[in-house]
Amino acid sequence: MFNYTFQWKQAMARLPQMLDGAIVTMQVAILSMVIGILLAIVLTMFRLSGIRILSAVAKAWVEIARNTPALFQIYMAHFGLGSFGLHLSPFLSILIGITFNNAGYLTENFRGALKAIPDTQTRAARSLGMGAAGAFRHVVLPQMLRISFLPMTNQMVWAILMTSLGVTVGMNTDLYGVTQDLNALTFRTFELFALAAVIFYVITKIVTLGARLIAARLFRY
Amino acid sequence: MIEIEHVRKSFGQLEVLKGIDLTVSKGEVVTIIGGSGSGKSTLLTCINGLEPIDSGRILIDGTEVHAKSTDLNKLRRKVGIVFQQWNAFPHLTVLENVTLAPRKVLGMARAEAEEIAVRQLTHVGLGDKLKTYPGRLSGGQQQRMAIARALAMSPEYMLFDEVTSALDPQLVGEVLDTLKMLAQEGMTMILVTHEMAFARDVSDRVAFFHQGVMAEIGPPQQIFGDPQHPETRKFLSSTRQ
Ligand SMILES: Nc1ncnc2c1ncn2[C@@H]1O[C@H](COP(=O)(O)OP(=O)(O)O)[C@@H](O)[C@H]1O
Repeated sequence: MFNYTFQWKQAMARLPQMLDGAIVTMQVAILSMVIGILLAIVLTMFRLSGIRILSAVAKAWVEIARNTPALFQIYMAHFGLGSFGLHLSPFLSILIGITFNNAGYLTENFRGALKAIPDTQTRAARSLGMGAAGAFRHVVLPQMLRISFLPMTNQMVWAILMTSLGVTVGMNTDLYGVTQDLNALTFRTFELFALAAVIFYVITKIVTLGARLIAARLFRY
Repeated sequence: MIEIEHVRKSFGQLEVLKGIDLTVSKGEVVTIIGGSGSGKSTLLTCINGLEPIDSGRILIDGTEVHAKSTDLNKLRRKVGIVFQQWNAFPHLTVLENVTLAPRKVLGMARAEAEEIAVRQLTHVGLGDKLKTYPGRLSGGQQQRMAIARALAMSPEYMLFDEVTSALDPQLVGEVLDTLKMLAQEGMTMILVTHEMAFARDVSDRVAFFHQGVMAEIGPPQQIFGDPQHPETRKFLSSTRQ
């Protein structure tokens, strides 16, 4: 009934290749977070700008990012843009898809964080002669990022896990893609995917722990 | 000189300032007293342009605050304001709270800004709290920090909006002492306050506001000793109880 013999040695022999994949996964996740945070800050300023077209762009972005499957967003980056003649590499497609998703979720988080910062903070900054942009940048933004730090960490974990969707657009250099290719080569399905899962788990644990250390160092108030 | 001419201001249907006239000269200390809702705080926020006005005008050294062509950010460097709620920037240390505006608004170098900040903070008795975050300070200390923060911009005028009202009673004294010190140093100030003994001590003139109108203004001895307006009398006898 159960004649699958575990061969961990064979899987372990592939560990270096998988770790190379993990590095690509981290590259995608980190890039998508950095760009995603910057975009979310821009989208947040769009929302606050009071200019209707800008806040509509921000709103549409957030709605689509949060209410459609991440897989759809990645498909749109690859096949959607492809049908307009813009053919992106799998790496760029997955990067754009996840970045889009990150920016949408983070913009929504930022909105919640802004509600926790009293208007009097901006008022105090303005009364010291700061312009609206300066007050946002020096007084509101740092507090907003602090309040959003935990949600940002969660989003980072999501970004790492979402890279596994890259295989659907032909990505084969990330952890999940490498694992899939190795599986096709060796048929050590269970061992390889179990190993990949462990690597994913360890990475996300390191990320959450690291984030906690950074928070303790950064936010001493 | 601050010149307030026939200033009217409404919030929706509610007319909060019904034609205020007041001139404050350099070096003068004017306190505004009056019942709550009489428009005292609103007038202060109009003076530094945080609130628009409906008619009349306010001039600061001849510059019209609410004129379209006026650069409010620049004008506000001249006019410091401290609010009832102290509004410390929680993510910055006491020192950084005070150096932020000099550095970002005046473009001062860090060392220069810190030198000024240390001097101002020492002045208000917070010289030993430079590296502390505001969350660890008492209300009175935070309010003194807010005063130092405003002073670090070397303003020519200071507005104080009920700066002791949100403080525990035992902390009021230390903030009032700071204000007295400023007054003695010749700072031009307009203060809204509920501390009558303090107003009597520190003011050159005291203005009494009633329902959006400046019912009476005069030297403290006259306002407190011989009030002319029936509403002033009523108000003062109510505060004595
Ligand atoms: N931003 C605002 N929006 C609407 N009404 C306001 C606002 N600020 C003040 N008011 C109203 O204006 C009146 C005068 O307020 P205020 O100037 O704070 O009085 P005071 O300082 O004398 O207590 C009050 O009735 C208050 O409710």
